[in-house]
Amino acid sequence: MSITPRQPGWTRAGIYCLYGVAFAFALSIATRAGLSYDPLVDGESVLRIALLGVPFFFLVGLGLFTYWFRWAAGAPTIPEDHSGHGAKSWKSYLYPNTDHKVIGIQYVVTSFFFMFVGGLMAMLIRAELAAPGRQFVDANTYNGLFSVHASLLIFLFIIPVFAGLANYVLPLMIGAPDMAFPRLNALSFWLLPVAGTMMIASFFAPGGSFASGWTAYAPLSTSAPIGQEFFTIGVQFAGASSIATALNFLVTIITMRAPGMSFFRMPLLVWANFSTSLLVVIATPFVAASQFFVLLDRSLGFNFFDAGQGGDVLMYQHVFWFYSHPAVYIMMLPGFGIVSEILAVKSRKPVFGYRMMAFSLLAIVVLGFTVWAHHMFVSGMQSWIRVPMMVTTAIIAVPTGIKIFSWLATMWHGVLKLDTPMLFTLGFLTMFVLGGISGVMLAMIPLTIHVSDTYFIVAHIHYVLFGGSLFTIFAGVYFWFPKMTGRMYDERLGKLHFWMTFIFFNATFAPMHLIGVQGMPRRVADYAEQFATWNLVISLAAFGTGISTLIFAYNMIASWRGGPRATGNPWRSLTLEWQVTSPPPVFNFDEIPTVVGGPYEYGVPGAVHGVFGGSGTTAEPTQEPAESAGTPST
Amino acid sequence: MEQRRGGRNSRRMVVEMFVLGTIASLIGIAIGLAIDWFPEAASTQAGPIDTLWDVLVIVSVPIFVGVTIIVIYAARLFRERPGEEGLDGPPIHGNTKLEVIWTTIPAILLLALCTYAFVVLRDIEEAPASAAGPELRVAVRGEQFAWTYTYAGSDGKKVSTTRLFLPKGRSVDFDVTGKDVIHDFWVPAFRMKVDAVPGITTGYRVTPTRLGTFPVVCAELCGLGHAYMRSEAEVMEPAAFDAWLAKESEESNAPAGGEAEGGDGATASADGKTIFTDGTDNGALGCGSCHQLADAGTAEGIGPNLDEVLPGQTAEEIEASIVDPEAKITPGKPAGVMPGNYGDVLSPAELEAVVTYLSDSTKK
Repeated sequence: MSITPRQPGWTRAGIYCLYGVAFAFALSIATRAGLSYDPLVDGESVLRIALLGVPFFFLVGLGLFTYWFRWAAGAPTIPEDHSGHGAKSWKSYLYPNTDHKVIGIQYVVTSFFFMFVGGLMAMLIRAELAAPGRQFVDANTYNGLFSVHASLLIFLFIIPVFAGLANYVLPLMIGAPDMAFPRLNALSFWLLPVAGTMMIASFFAPGGSFASGWTAYAPLSTSAPIGQEFFTIGVQFAGASSIATALNFLVTIITMRAPGMSFFRMPLLVWANFSTSLLVVIATPFVAASQFFVLLDRSLGFNFFDAGQGGDVLMYQHVFWFYSHPAVYIMMLPGFGIVSEILAVKSRKPVFGYRMMAFSLLAIVVLGFTVWAHHMFVSGMQSWIRVPMMVTTAIIAVPTGIKIFSWLATMWHGVLKLDTPMLFTLGFLTMFVLGGISGVMLAMIPLTIHVSDTYFIVAHIHYVLFGGSLFTIFAGVYFWFPKMTGRMYDERLGKLHFWMTFIFFNATFAPMHLIGVQGMPRRVADYAEQFATWNLVISLAAFGTGISTLIFAYNMIASWRGGPRATGNPWRSLTLEWQVTSPPPVFNFDEIPTVVGGPYEYGVPGAVHGVFGGSGTTAEPTQEPAESAGTPST
Repeated sequence: MEQRRGGRNSRRMVVEMFVLGTIASLIGIAIGLAIDWFPEAASTQAGPIDTLWDVLVIVSVPIFVGVTIIVIYAARLFRERPGEEGLDGPPIHGNTKLEVIWTTIPAILLLALCTYAFVVLRDIEEAPASAAGPELRVAVRGEQFAWTYTYAGSDGKKVSTTRLFLPKGRSVDFDVTGKDVIHDFWVPAFRMKVDAVPGITTGYRVTPTRLGTFPVVCAELCGLGHAYMRSEAEVMEPAAFDAWLAKESEESNAPAGGEAEGGDGATASADGKTIFTDGTDNGALGCGSCHQLADAGTAEGIGPNLDEVLPGQTAEEIEASIVDPEAKITPGKPAGVMPGNYGDVLSPAELEAVVTYLSDSTKK
């Protein structure tokens, strides 16, 4: 296709970005002239408007709003010819596409790119901390490194990579041809590179990048240099992406399930993303609000958080954690879903206690909103709040425990295939238990008074997000790699990747428990001499963890290019995504399947989950057809 | 999709796992208790917290060991062996009794732990019933990047220092505030911490139990100098503390309620080079940890290299830069890092000594 500047695409996006910059200058200068401010050109003001405005010019330039603009203006909309659907070559991935499978891969690849950038920052952090004193970054850069590291890995890796995996497999799993709102889906994805670029670009801001941690507590964030706003505004775009995707998932799950797929015939990954999407839709607006408060404080002098002007410093933390604690579950529940899928298939057994698994997800959603102030046990908030929050925090371990025990029981007496996805799943089971245990310890207020803001917290969060979330992400990527690429990954490299990651991960983060309790605070560029030995050990192990991810990257790239062809169902799975070719046809199913039983009926003779027009994989449905659930979406 | 025939002898295996799990748990608990986790304990609050930790270790180890053993045994017993490709496990969908057990037992255990933690919390936060003497109140103020401690001295005078002095065996109640951003007042040896928040007063109690000097650490990210925002707490005999406080209030010429000048008369005659490298006893940080100076042999740090920036400056200019570091920022160096309290912390004699030393040692 020939590219002209007026057609949606990268050329137009680039030109529109220039318009955006011009718009920022014009609006700023016009406003300042109108208010007779001096000087007329103020760099910070222009930059602030540009951060808010240029992304929209970019997205319009790419063509993401074209359809809606025409529709809203009453102009004849372009008839959908599905030309923007499905990938024709690798270049299709560089342009907006409405196919959930293309978007899923765009999501996963983009978020792994940000993982490698964020991981590189972790390497720099550990290099600086390898010895006491200053090695090679100054305090400002150091504070920026850990802030951007956390922000990228949370907002641009863990949250979106789960959304990406689910984007790919969830419509297939419920027998739908696509997500409910394909154009919104495309927009959700393209907000991510915007947010990620903004956060990384903050290093070039005058005064350095944002350096107040991913938590951006006021008033440190309201008094920081302009780099802070790359976070404040970047989070808005990442958050908007999250919310739009969550709405998309909810509508897709509620309305687009194949005939016969009742809620209790949905695979647990679908349940997990249903729960996660509820969390996102309810909680994410709160982090958006917290950052808008900061933006208004910074740019227009609202003084929400200026104690000297009647502001309330603790308010920021309450609003922030009302999102950011549920965010921990946003970063974990999809992983629970992945683990349930893999354990059932690789153990050749039904998931033990399926209904309790689904209910425990919903219990976590509800309880997840009642624990936020456990992040504030030493914040100086009203002291009575701590006790109920301690109890709810401890109790939320019960539904999580139910899941762990059910997974263990799922494996028992199974026929276990210990390949790479399964190894990462088992690694997750053991490591996440450690993260959960330190979480229960942290619920205990007297202990938290001592260890909050120390390396014990750093250890805990990495056992949860690395040993927990990242292990499930690796498991999921290996598991669905054949479906997504049509190729098999290299099993030997996969196992090597697992064992290196498992060993170096523990060597990196386990000692942090100890130095934390011994008194090393977190977020410090320098530390007392007594912690020198352990920090050196941790740094060396961290470099090993870094190297292990290179094996993963090599395996993925090499296998994608030249791995052996994958069959439609290499794992002998029952769920619907494996009943089509790898990769699936453009519209997923040539005919929409009818679901006739549970998703995990392994060991039941002749059991099937879905049948295709009566000519399914087996002759007889083993259960009576369920009442019609969902809308057939043909 | 046949099922696997001939299950493993799992009853014997469960017994074996139980025995192994118990042994491993005992070893794990022993290691967990043997590790020297905490810094030295120097307050009555430390005891209950350290015991709580031990209890948590004892409860946690068997849970982790149990899960791990089940995973390892499942992998060992039930892994797919050659010839078993294509087989399935038995279609067990659940077991209500088991599910009820593993919901209720953890719930009871967790509620018990919460109750225990609540009792510990009351213990460490309540004023001790058998206090030796009246409770001492100390106002703690955090600012970028230094701590100031203010005592009520004799005659209603206020005594401010940058080093925390405390009497042994007497309960101390801290009133903690933050001046600019949030800091966190933490003495690891006391096990207690609380945020220093602008606009509100927070606080906690400790009763020091051990003589000596303990680090005071800022635990909440507060900006560029966060890592360097440290101070020291010195626990003294009560009599020595009273004598110190009386002497300080005598020397304090600040009117009641006003900002008091810190300073320890004993170090007034210190030479500039020592102050530059080591700081002073009452909390002035040594300049050399951030500034390079050939004469003192200090290395490059976050602050400007004094060998480069000082030559050509008058003594007055140097003094101004020490007392008000924000007024003039060396190009390329971040603002807001150097503590702004040297004017308060150093006595006039000390300040003059440092200025003279710097002026002399950087003259070409």
